[in-house]
Amino acid sequence: MDFKDVLKSTEFGIFVAFLALCAILSFATPNFLSIYNISTVMKQVSFIAIMSVGMTMVILTAGIDLSVGAVLGLVNVLAALFINKFGLAPGIGTALLCGAFLGFVNGIIIVKWDLPPFIVTLGMMNIARGLALVITKGWPITGIPECFGCLAEGRLIGIPVPVIIMIIIYILGYLFLSRTIWGRYIYASGGNEKATWLSGVNVNKIKILVYTITGFLSGLAGIMLASRLSQGSPITGTGYELSVIGAVVIGGTDLMGGKGSVLGSLIGALIMGVLDNGLVLLGVSAFWQQVILGVVIIVAVAGGSMRRKLFMKGEK
Amino acid sequence: MKKKTADKYILEMENVSKTFPGVKALNNIYFNLKKGEVHSLVGENGAGKSTLLKILAGAYKKDAGTIKLDGTKVEMTEPKQALDMGISVIYQEFNLIPNLSIAENIFMGRAPRKNSAFIDFPKLYKESELFLKKIGMKKSAKTLVSELSVAEQQMVEIAKSLSFSAKIIVMDEPTSALTESEKETLFKIIRELKEKKVSIIFISHIIEEVLEISDRITVLRDGNYVDTVNAKDTNPRKIVQMMVGRELKDFYPKKEAKRGKIVLEVKNLTKKSKYENINFQLHEGEVLGFAGLVGAGRAEVMRGIFGIEAPDSGEIYIKGNKVKVNSLFETIKMKMGFVPEDRRAEGLILSRSVKDNINITKLPHINSHGLVKQKDEQRIANEYCKRLKIRTPDSKQIVQNLSGGNQQKIVIAKWLAINPKILILDDPTRGIDVGAKNEIYSLINNLAKEKIGIILISSELPEIINISDRILVMREGKITGEFLRKDATQEKIMRLAALRN
Repeated sequence: MDFKDVLKSTEFGIFVAFLALCAILSFATPNFLSIYNISTVMKQVSFIAIMSVGMTMVILTAGIDLSVGAVLGLVNVLAALFINKFGLAPGIGTALLCGAFLGFVNGIIIVKWDLPPFIVTLGMMNIARGLALVITKGWPITGIPECFGCLAEGRLIGIPVPVIIMIIIYILGYLFLSRTIWGRYIYASGGNEKATWLSGVNVNKIKILVYTITGFLSGLAGIMLASRLSQGSPITGTGYELSVIGAVVIGGTDLMGGKGSVLGSLIGALIMGVLDNGLVLLGVSAFWQQVILGVVIIVAVAGGSMRRKLFMKGEK
Repeated sequence: MKKKTADKYILEMENVSKTFPGVKALNNIYFNLKKGEVHSLVGENGAGKSTLLKILAGAYKKDAGTIKLDGTKVEMTEPKQALDMGISVIYQEFNLIPNLSIAENIFMGRAPRKNSAFIDFPKLYKESELFLKKIGMKKSAKTLVSELSVAEQQMVEIAKSLSFSAKIIVMDEPTSALTESEKETLFKIIRELKEKKVSIIFISHIIEEVLEISDRITVLRDGNYVDTVNAKDTNPRKIVQMMVGRELKDFYPKKEAKRGKIVLEVKNLTKKSKYENINFQLHEGEVLGFAGLVGAGRAEVMRGIFGIEAPDSGEIYIKGNKVKVNSLFETIKMKMGFVPEDRRAEGLILSRSVKDNINITKLPHINSHGLVKQKDEQRIANEYCKRLKIRTPDSKQIVQNLSGGNQQKIVIAKWLAINPKILILDDPTRGIDVGAKNEIYSLINNLAKEKIGIILISSELPEIINISDRILVMREGKITGEFLRKDATQEKIMRLAALRN
């Protein structure tokens, strides 16, 4: 990959936008560039960003997963429950498995009954959220051991643990997509599912895999949130699915499948996080923040598509 | 041509030509139509029938020539214009909306109104019934189109044409989906339309029915006008001869591969209303051609063998081992490759690179614990680009940006990467230019030399005759004949492919 390819890449375009946003905010508010603020933003972003890795894979196969927020909520509750019952490590392990299992169920139903992912995961969103409410009867689960809190609140060499987890997940996600055969198959089946199948690739297995990964990562984010808030609450993560999809789409991943990367999604998540933080620092009302965020999503996607067209013209 | 008696023709097309990038699709075509006449248009696939038809329907613009309707020169620029002038085309794929009634379909977009905003349903149904009665259709106009058989839907299309007060109705392969008795009904309607002085242009692959229903027949070949004859003065053999009588160009390479052991045996393969009792053997180093018209079931048989669409019954053996039917993972494991007819939809991942496309079948063999061996990946891509002369700046190039011929080579390359024993090629030279065609022929020869058994489906007879060692002919889902290359002629094959006897 030479320098010209880098300049042309979607990720570079978004990265420039991200830098511009940071530059504006650091001029507009003195507090933006403080270490404390940056570390807070990164911590907030990490939950959405971790789920975005899974969502990127799902969207690369031309699918969608609306259940990530609800799966996060359910696993959040289960983690609190299991840790109280079985102890720290077994509790976290079981809760993670539950997240993966919920994603696996999404994948199996989509593949075996040949149903649209939108519908299946919409159903799962309600089921998972409902189960979380059933289990807790609507009340948060508390009484989690103190040491669990260090998962979200601790620091390693000065970096918050959630940010470290996020970086690890991104490195793994990047390697998985760019270096393994499954990554190749994910891009291929999103690019042309039929041709990929006709080449002897078990496309169904690939789809089940991406939903399982997404379930697992949603569960991971759910556990981290339980640690951060020292409780399991059935309403945690409500609406997160839209932030996650927003991050992936701002990151340049094509909803039609086959094109995109986790690197883009990371920058997408950062843009959303920084924007959110910046608007708070600027004292913009919470209501207007939503409006601005919506505008940014549309403008980012429109800009990406215009860039693509511009470069395509240049090549032909 | 009796050009001087122009006034008795309702339609005259003279010197009509049309060129697509790289292809002369029509070259000085003559076609005329009398009032109340059935005039058929016949020719092989690619002869130019549908191009001519689309020009008449206003869907394509002609490059040169004149079209006269009732003696006055006209320029057709859009479909609506043709319709207004009384030309109605019934395509193979009907333009009907299944969840609306017959009446709503007939008067789509021009239903009678009440108070200018609401559809006047009583009037709509009454007028529709009138047209249905004209063609002897007994269904109520309120029936939903989705509840109709193919033949009945076709009748709705005809009623729709009449409602536009069409003077000329073009029917593009109207019998291809009909049963024998439905066909008789259609012919009865056509004869009645004739009596009402409606002119019909009839297109069909089945020569017998062309002779049965037509007054005159015009033959096209390779975009050229061959002749127009009276149906009663000719016979099927003469028509077939006119259809294929082209001179053979010398661009088919000679083949030297020797035939070896049996690699593939198919026994009694059957799929209801697609194909039945297909039996054949394929040898190492053999090129086995499958000839036939579009819709004869050749592609379906191959898709059944490869495991894409399950046959109802029958057995498949690869090198003597019985293969699980309907599992393409299995057949690929047993070293069978399949180059589909529609390479863009089924053969390629257009948004990915040349390298990714070639290696997609190879990934299970070039990884350690799931990590792709990127050096092998690059080496394989380079190797096949060189061997198949794939013209691309480099292997990172996105496949979408390459020409049809190079794209087809990539599809073939991806199968060569698994060292296939059997390679099925479904119309591999479709839509690619002459030079690339020639390269693909040479490639087929070389692969046969490497003892690969090759099945070649093609709609171009010269291609099949010159490339295959042995040719099986299919018609209407059955194998109707077999020739060795030395015995095969275009006439013999065409007779078995098109004639019912």
